[in-house]
Amino acid sequence: MIVDMKGVRKLYQSPEGEIGALEDITFSIEEGEFISIVGPSGCGKTTLLSIVAGLEAPSSGEIWVDGAISRGVNPKIGYMPQRDQLFAWRSIWDNVNLGLEIQGRRDAEHEGFVRTLLERYGLARFSDCVPAQLSGGMRQRCALIRTLATGPRILLLDEPFSALDYQTRLSVAGDIHSIIKKEGKTAILVTHDISEAVSMSDRVVVLSARPGTLKCIVNQPELHDLSPMQRRDHALFQRYFNQIWKEIDISA
Amino acid sequence: MPDMLSAERAQYLKRRVRSRRAVLCAQLALLVLIFVLWETAARLKWIDPFITSSPSRIWKTFRNLYASGDLFRHLGVSCIETVAGFTLGTVAGTLIAVLLWWFPALRRVLDPYLVVLNSLPKTALGPIFIVWMGAGPGAIIAMTLAISLIVTILEVLNGFSAVDPGKINLMKTLGASRLQTLTKLVIPANAATFVNALKVNVGLSWVGVIMGEFLVSRAGLGYLIVYGSQVFKMDLVMATVILLLIAAAGMYQGVLLLEKALKKHLGVSA
Repeated sequence: MIVDMKGVRKLYQSPEGEIGALEDITFSIEEGEFISIVGPSGCGKTTLLSIVAGLEAPSSGEIWVDGAISRGVNPKIGYMPQRDQLFAWRSIWDNVNLGLEIQGRRDAEHEGFVRTLLERYGLARFSDCVPAQLSGGMRQRCALIRTLATGPRILLLDEPFSALDYQTRLSVAGDIHSIIKKEGKTAILVTHDISEAVSMSDRVVVLSARPGTLKCIVNQPELHDLSPMQRRDHALFQRYFNQIWKEIDISA
Repeated sequence: MPDMLSAERAQYLKRRVRSRRAVLCAQLALLVLIFVLWETAARLKWIDPFITSSPSRIWKTFRNLYASGDLFRHLGVSCIETVAGFTLGTVAGTLIAVLLWWFPALRRVLDPYLVVLNSLPKTALGPIFIVWMGAGPGAIIAMTLAISLIVTILEVLNGFSAVDPGKINLMKTLGASRLQTLTKLVIPANAATFVNALKVNVGLSWVGVIMGEFLVSRAGLGYLIVYGSQVFKMDLVMATVILLLIAAAGMYQGVLLLEKALKKHLGVSA
């Protein structure tokens, strides 16, 4: 088990009162797995991701990462924010090296690894460009490479495609999925898009409305070895979609 | 790019040049018209040139000032005071803003003080500075600083707070310290804020310098204006005001050039 959530609970305090965001979330993720978290809006799925990323502390409960309890920011975890968040004043090359630079590890060896990633995923010739010169899809791939550069084992993706138009979204989702699988990373994706969850992940975690509790985990073994595009054409795609749709049940 | 422009493109470019030229001509014509009208009105005694002066009298005053060496002395004094004022105001304001960003609790404590000081008409402090620092350039620069400092702090702080929280979170997850977040994200993200502060401060510093010179000085453009009006030499007052226009516009253009260079250096139009 590379990630273990044990009874994670989160309360938000405000002058108006106390808001329960998450209630007793317990589940485990295996190394190399791709997990999606879905649920009605405001169910705390982004909060859960922030807690795993170490940006917020849980009110109670524990996050275990790779056999050790994790508090605060953890170098084994890479976070991919909503929108690419590339810095407009840095070249693509300096953007993807940002993490290494911050961690004082921007040396020839690590830069070599980053260059390999850029080459492998078709971005090497844009090294000297600024982000504004790239398409939304390319920027998203750069953001992923920036996250991969520091060598995390677990990737957290917080609705990374929500700012893209539908066509770009489908193709970038395919790209990102194949990169993550090829690099052998564990991934947790938060999304409000059920078809995105079914098309990308091995298991889908469904949260209930606020305060978010773990409603169920949908395993989709038949789809594991397929690409997002192939999954969308698979006979079982609609069945899993419907199953998750019923579980979310926004009317309840 | 093709070597041959299409006829439509060529026509568009020609029309563009022509319309820009027309605007420039109209602008120059307006200037000439004002001066010609002013001169004519003075010569034909529609207005009293003793009170309103006239372009020819102003020109003569310029030449006298230039011949006596006073022109560049007064201009120089005011320019140095202004540059010192807006540089100090921008630098000190930015440093204080960084401090308040670093210590949010300090910012919360000082917030009402900043608001009150911002609404105070800073010229009221002039006499205090004179008592404290003596009637000289020190008091004038202090005056300038008082006018630009608080605005700079507030504007830079605003820019700092406007940095996308998503980017701050990204820095945190990469393990950035607060200093790294400041130097690698918050400051570069606010390049445009600094240039804007500088632009505003150039204008404010001139206000401070002229006010200060009205109150205390023995040199500078503000001094010339006050002196001229006291001895009723309107030619001198008008000549100085025109000199002031040129100097202030020149300095503003300098900041625009700096902005251009900065944008080119950073490669963004932020």
